[in-house]
Amino acid sequence: MLLHGTLINIELLLALLIVGLLVGTLIALLQVYGGRFLGTLASGYAWIFRSIPALVLLFLFYFGPSQFGVNVAPFIAATIALGLRSSAYQSQIFRGALQAIPHGQMMAARSLGMTRVQAIVSIIIPQALRLSIAGWSNEFSSVVKDTTLAYVVGLNEVLRKVRIITDRHYDLAMLAYLTVALIFLGLTYAGNWGLGWLETRIRIPGLQIGGEL
Amino acid sequence: MSLLRVEGIHKRYGKEEVLKGVSFELERGETKVIIGPSGTGKSTLLRCINQLTPPEKGRVWLDGTEITHAHAKINDLRAQIGFVFQSFNLFSHLTALGNVRIGPIKVKGMSKEDATELAMEELGRVGLKDKADAYPAQLSGGQQQRVSIARAYAMRPKLILFDEPTSALDPELIGEVLEVMISLAKGGMTMLVVTHEMGFARAVADEIIFMEHGVITEQGEPKQMFLAPKHKRTGEFLNKITELYGETD
Repeated sequence: MLLHGTLINIELLLALLIVGLLVGTLIALLQVYGGRFLGTLASGYAWIFRSIPALVLLFLFYFGPSQFGVNVAPFIAATIALGLRSSAYQSQIFRGALQAIPHGQMMAARSLGMTRVQAIVSIIIPQALRLSIAGWSNEFSSVVKDTTLAYVVGLNEVLRKVRIITDRHYDLAMLAYLTVALIFLGLTYAGNWGLGWLETRIRIPGLQIGGEL
Repeated sequence: MSLLRVEGIHKRYGKEEVLKGVSFELERGETKVIIGPSGTGKSTLLRCINQLTPPEKGRVWLDGTEITHAHAKINDLRAQIGFVFQSFNLFSHLTALGNVRIGPIKVKGMSKEDATELAMEELGRVGLKDKADAYPAQLSGGQQQRVSIARAYAMRPKLILFDEPTSALDPELIGEVLEVMISLAKGGMTMLVVTHEMGFARAVADEIIFMEHGVITEQGEPKQMFLAPKHKRTGEFLNKITELYGETD
């Protein structure tokens, strides 16, 4: 029962990370390369989604649409609410990485005749993604835990399952919550280990950020 | 018709006018060396030529096509102008081979196989075939600069601009880079080089251009510039840099 619940947390985690990564990358690119208008819009987006409490976002995306007769499944509502929230944080990680790439890299790419988009895609992004992994490790640890918040919109994730158990067997509360704690220790450990492995795997020998700023 | 024609280039950064109307021409196969005290706009001039830094005023033609024209196909034109930076600016996430072949692949649409073959040939030309799989950070400054020359030359440009290519190098590494540049010049490449290496200028330059305070104050053949400069200031400067940098040839 708890295992099944945990699987739902993992599914939600993957879904929201993907939403967060895609939207976050787009927001970061707009902030750095989008010019004044799009850049301001992107900054506003990042500010809004970092300012609103996660629970409020969950309620908004779950109960909000039903007022207009649209019923959103808990999983979808949680993916969107937490995914967009994560995208705001991820955009800041990625923006920092984009800005850390020396200007000389862009100049060299343009001097070969690459378009701005080609330079961003083939030269800047591959380097920025590598720089982002450490920050993502942090974001990962944070969103893993956020998945339990989805129980407030009725998602059958692990914490909700525990609530069902403890409602019936109050004496098991301590044991049940300790088990949940252990599950998340394990998840976080596994995730960070995986990201660490990825970081070593795609590390560029001797790479330092240098050159013309 | 000159391969490169530069006419009345003006550029300012904020209040300071860095270039105050620079004009010159470069014939096919010629090598010209630009010298002058630092802060006189030599690097800015090179960047105004390939529009990395667009000038406020003035026009530039490459082989009869105006680069400064509002509707110029700037990326196509830049692909025909090689640029070698003082700080190399090799792509940090790519190997030496990757750096040299990415231009032909992305810009010219060459197949990966053909580009690899071409890149290996170019790495061989600069004596770095055995370093094809090394990343920039694993190479010495001199090796990095040779890779960056190979990267520029692999595009088969009509001319190559060099922005103080040896200024960031340890003295013992300068020779290997100059050697590559001299052989390019002798092979008929058209080159415009900002440098303090007077040995290089004497060896291959068809003309030395002396710039100060944003204008060209004197230009002429190296021999004439060294032996009988028209302006006292040119002579003083040449003596000073020859003393400082020696005659590495």
